[in-house]
Amino acid sequence: MAQSKTTNTMTMGAGDAGFVTTRFEDLLAWARRWSLFQYPFVTACCGMEFMSLNGPSYDGLARFGAEAPRFSPRQADLMWVVGTVSQRQAPALRRIYEQMAEPKWVVAFGTCASCGGFYDNYATVPGIDKIIPVDIYIPGCPPRPEAVLDGLMLLMEKISRGAGSGVGEPIVVPPRELPAMAQIRKKGTSVLFGQARLDDEHARLTAGTAKTLQQVLAGAPTESVALPVRGQSQGEDH
Amino acid sequence: MSKKVIDRLKAMFGDRILESSSLRGDDEVRVAPKDWRDVAAFLRDDGQTLMDHFLDLTAVDYPEREEARFDVVLFLRSMKLNHRIRLRTRVAEDQPLASLIDVWAGTNWAEREIFDMFGVKFEGHPDLRRILMYDEFEGYPLRKDYPIARVQPLVPYRQVEGIEKLAPFGDDEGMPFARVDWASRVAGADLPVSTGIGASTGQRKNLSQGAEYAGKVPVATDE
Amino acid sequence: MEPNYEDLSDDRELELPAEPMRINMGPSHPAMHGTIRMVLELDGETVVDLDVQPGYLHRGFEKSCERGTYNQCFPYVDRLNYVSPMLNNVGFALAVEKLCDLKVPERGQWYRMALGELARICDHLTCNSASAMELGAFTPFLWCIKARDYLWDILEQETGARLTHSFGRVGGMAKPPTDMFKESTLAVLPAIEEALAESELLLLKNRIFLDRTQGIGKLSAERAIALGVTGPLLRSTGVDYDVRKTNPYLFYKDVDFDVPVGHDGDNFDRFMCRFEEVRQSIKILRQVLDKMPTSGPVDCPDLRYVLPQKEAVYDTIEATIAHFKIVMEGLKPPKGEVYSFTEGGNGELGFYIVSDGSGTPYRVRVRPPCFFNLQAAREMLVGDMVADIVPTFGSVNMIGGECDR
Repeated sequence: MAQSKTTNTMTMGAGDAGFVTTRFEDLLAWARRWSLFQYPFVTACCGMEFMSLNGPSYDGLARFGAEAPRFSPRQADLMWVVGTVSQRQAPALRRIYEQMAEPKWVVAFGTCASCGGFYDNYATVPGIDKIIPVDIYIPGCPPRPEAVLDGLMLLMEKISRGAGSGVGEPIVVPPRELPAMAQIRKKGTSVLFGQARLDDEHARLTAGTAKTLQQVLAGAPTESVALPVRGQSQGEDH
Repeated sequence: MSKKVIDRLKAMFGDRILESSSLRGDDEVRVAPKDWRDVAAFLRDDGQTLMDHFLDLTAVDYPEREEARFDVVLFLRSMKLNHRIRLRTRVAEDQPLASLIDVWAGTNWAEREIFDMFGVKFEGHPDLRRILMYDEFEGYPLRKDYPIARVQPLVPYRQVEGIEKLAPFGDDEGMPFARVDWASRVAGADLPVSTGIGASTGQRKNLSQGAEYAGKVPVATDE
Repeated sequence: MEPNYEDLSDDRELELPAEPMRINMGPSHPAMHGTIRMVLELDGETVVDLDVQPGYLHRGFEKSCERGTYNQCFPYVDRLNYVSPMLNNVGFALAVEKLCDLKVPERGQWYRMALGELARICDHLTCNSASAMELGAFTPFLWCIKARDYLWDILEQETGARLTHSFGRVGGMAKPPTDMFKESTLAVLPAIEEALAESELLLLKNRIFLDRTQGIGKLSAERAIALGVTGPLLRSTGVDYDVRKTNPYLFYKDVDFDVPVGHDGDNFDRFMCRFEEVRQSIKILRQVLDKMPTSGPVDCPDLRYVLPQKEAVYDTIEATIAHFKIVMEGLKPPKGEVYSFTEGGNGELGFYIVSDGSGTPYRVRVRPPCFFNLQAAREMLVGDMVADIVPTFGSVNMIGGECDR
């Protein structure tokens, strides 16, 4: 029988039960993901990027309806843990998380919140997931606002898949780069530069006289090769 | 920098100034712990030094120096005469040093920090408690024999599921040539055994989980 | 409520409890200034006593620096005063260079000055606009953050990162300035000035802003000096102590600028000092960009401390060996100790480096300006009301990374 419309356990007969519930849950998920009330648990440098994210250049959270900060955990459903959490701060973080009402989500903003960053020492919690469950990890030190928006959108997708708190696998924001761009970018690095030079020299030195190790061991006569003398111009510039 | 301050101190205190130097222009003077407060107060009040601006107070740990392990260093400046001095003394591990809180009010937190990080106690400090670490923390982190990765979590770590993470830095990674092996230098140092790369299964042991402190780090069984 | 008859004294007067109330503020609290805890003792709304408890962002900077080489300290140093990272970079590099007795070429020094002043502008813009936002003025915050983003775009163009650049190196900088540096900076400076002017227009005649900042959080000059306060906090009390003027480093004696000084030591003076310092930094920047040579090395050519050029590393054996030694063992300053100080965003930022002659620092101590500034916060706040904590604390500009290290 139909129950109160405020719960989502409305049953209307065996066949239609799934349909109405699902639609209602979709509606709920839509409402939740487009009106996240954030609790900004800001501690360190990532807070500067958080400020910038909310600033006019990126206007990040406002366009997703997630800008309203609620400084009481009772009224918030998304906790942004921004920056390093020290061991001393951990009980406060735990307590604030426990005070939030379900459903609640946690975003680990930055490397320090995700895994402790390079503060692998006595003072830092190596990732807030040691204290509270995390839904989205946004790596970066600090992450660019675009990466944070990516994380927020991934979270919204996660919510739309019906995830309540702690439901579903945690997601790490991946580096968004076309593989072709990555190759082009690597061409400028010194590793490839050095490798290109070595290949170049090797080709010059052993033009047509490349020997395999087996040939050398078999006593094949080695030809003397004119090695370039340092200081003399090679006729090429790099 | 001129050595006027050093000369004035030597004229006033004579042999109680144990050492003085001026490396790279930084004037520095060393005194014994019993003269610490007298020389500091003199520096503040004397008309030729007028060191009214307190800058910093810190300590350095030399565990291999058995007789006086810590160097406590005071940085001062004169607002009017614009000269600087560094005052230094050596204290042993359990030897308290006179507090300078009534000479410069700013030494309050600086002394608390030295107590927190090194364990040097200051006599006459009204409120000597930890400032950067939490009260439940045992040990003094900036001492050389405190291993950097020893965590003492206040909240037990929970089991992390669904994501794979490696510890950022093993003890023997990076540039081990430059690092000092304090375990062998400091007698009685209780340092963890270095986790070799690929020791057990080809993966680095998760230092941050405090794996080698099994039993000491409580791990929560439920979330 | 009916009076409790035990509370009535002998002549039938009602005695109400009058102990101060103890309230905890923090460590996670709305003022976006990082994480600090204050235990307040209140008598009604008035703060009777205040225990400021820093340390919630202690990340073990000094211990971490003892773990690698000198150049590996730069990322840690960046994250000290993370609103003005280049100033920390420059300060640390100058300290190690003082110990090694290195001389950075002229172009490198001008470049350091330029990036440092850009960072200082970012610091003051952030501090002031965040303080204004906490008082309810949200718009200047947005304008100043927009201006700060322009500066970060320039820094990203130069160093590769918007924040926490890790761009300094012992003996120079990681890379020389780009070709567009001068042009893009000069293009951005009018936007900064405009943001400043508009924010001031909104704030300086606003009754609410004035009432909440003038006369609040006063600090006297004598107490400030005894407490070890430096920077805009000290200058607002009337003492003109700016390291760039009293002990000039880099080429600060060759540029012409003023040091703004307040006279009351209240929040309003600190606010105005910071905005004026932004204007002075812009003035310095214009001169620096004018005087900086457009070509020439940025790094000191000393192979003991500075990495050689990559082409030389592949071509010559000396460069290869030098590269190997610097990377594997770390650059080795002579044994000794040195204290070097610069003007950071919050005051005298000092680095006390103890070297034992090896590639790993023995001790790196940063003299954190806002640690001592925060110590003064107690005196500034006792006697004021709870609501005054917000603007006062904002004007102290407590940056957690620097205060707690």
